[in-house]
Amino acid sequence: MDLVVALVVSVLVLAGACFSLIAAIGINRLPDLYTRMHAASKAGTVGSGLLLLAVGVYAGDLPVLARAIAGFLFFVLTAPVSAHLLAVAARRAGYPMSEHSLHDEMKAHEESI
Amino acid sequence: MTSFIRACVFAVIWVAITGSATILNLVFGFAVAALALWVVRGEIDRASRKMRIGRMLSLLVLFIRELAMSAWKVAVLVTRPRLDVKPGIFAFPLTVSRDFEITLLANLITLTPGTLSVDVSADRKFLFVHALDASDIDATKREIADGFERKILEAFE
Repeated sequence: MDLVVALVVSVLVLAGACFSLIAAIGINRLPDLYTRMHAASKAGTVGSGLLLLAVGVYAGDLPVLARAIAGFLFFVLTAPVSAHLLAVAARRAGYPMSEHSLHDEMKAHEESI
Repeated sequence: MTSFIRACVFAVIWVAITGSATILNLVFGFAVAALALWVVRGEIDRASRKMRIGRMLSLLVLFIRELAMSAWKVAVLVTRPRLDVKPGIFAFPLTVSRDFEITLLANLITLTPGTLSVDVSADRKFLFVHALDASDIDATKREIADGFERKILEAFE
């Protein structure tokens, strides 16, 4: 039983660490703020969520697990909001999209008003 | 009466999360729950007209699967030696109308593969979505409309 818990915890910790690393790599490599937010909000959420779950399972204590799951839920609730607010702020400040971009229907919509 | 039951449920959750099962903590949890429910009192009555637990669970399952897939896609994308992105912003025509549903849809879109909601138009008819791969935006729009938006309509309308 101990071995199973240890294995589950190590898999969760390793996967969480990998996704956090990938989020960091993504923020470094992607061309503009909008694409970077993809890496930060998705890989970042999954990475920190898996690490929190690992803590909950490792503690083997229901209140700690409940708190870890609550923490994960709050990540899921807040990460999209911060990504969205950063994207809106960048948009309002006139931060350009990368030159690889294909469409900008938002600009067309704003000009039609 | 229903808000009393709600506050009781929240108080029990509070006790579970704080991890100290004393009467004092239960009373404190109840007070916090009552205060929190009082703050959002206007929203609750409108949001909880009809909630279908089964449909909401199916929305949750869909969401967790999409979140895992989206993290995986980002992982594959950024670890490739050649970065291949064709990003763009498209306008998604909204069928859902209530603020709470638009918020939920926007949040879900942000956590799904390759899409991130940027803003909602002033008349609430369009949601502006940034996509990592904007080479086929019509397909992406259809995916959102048939996936999350339909599920939200089923769960809350």
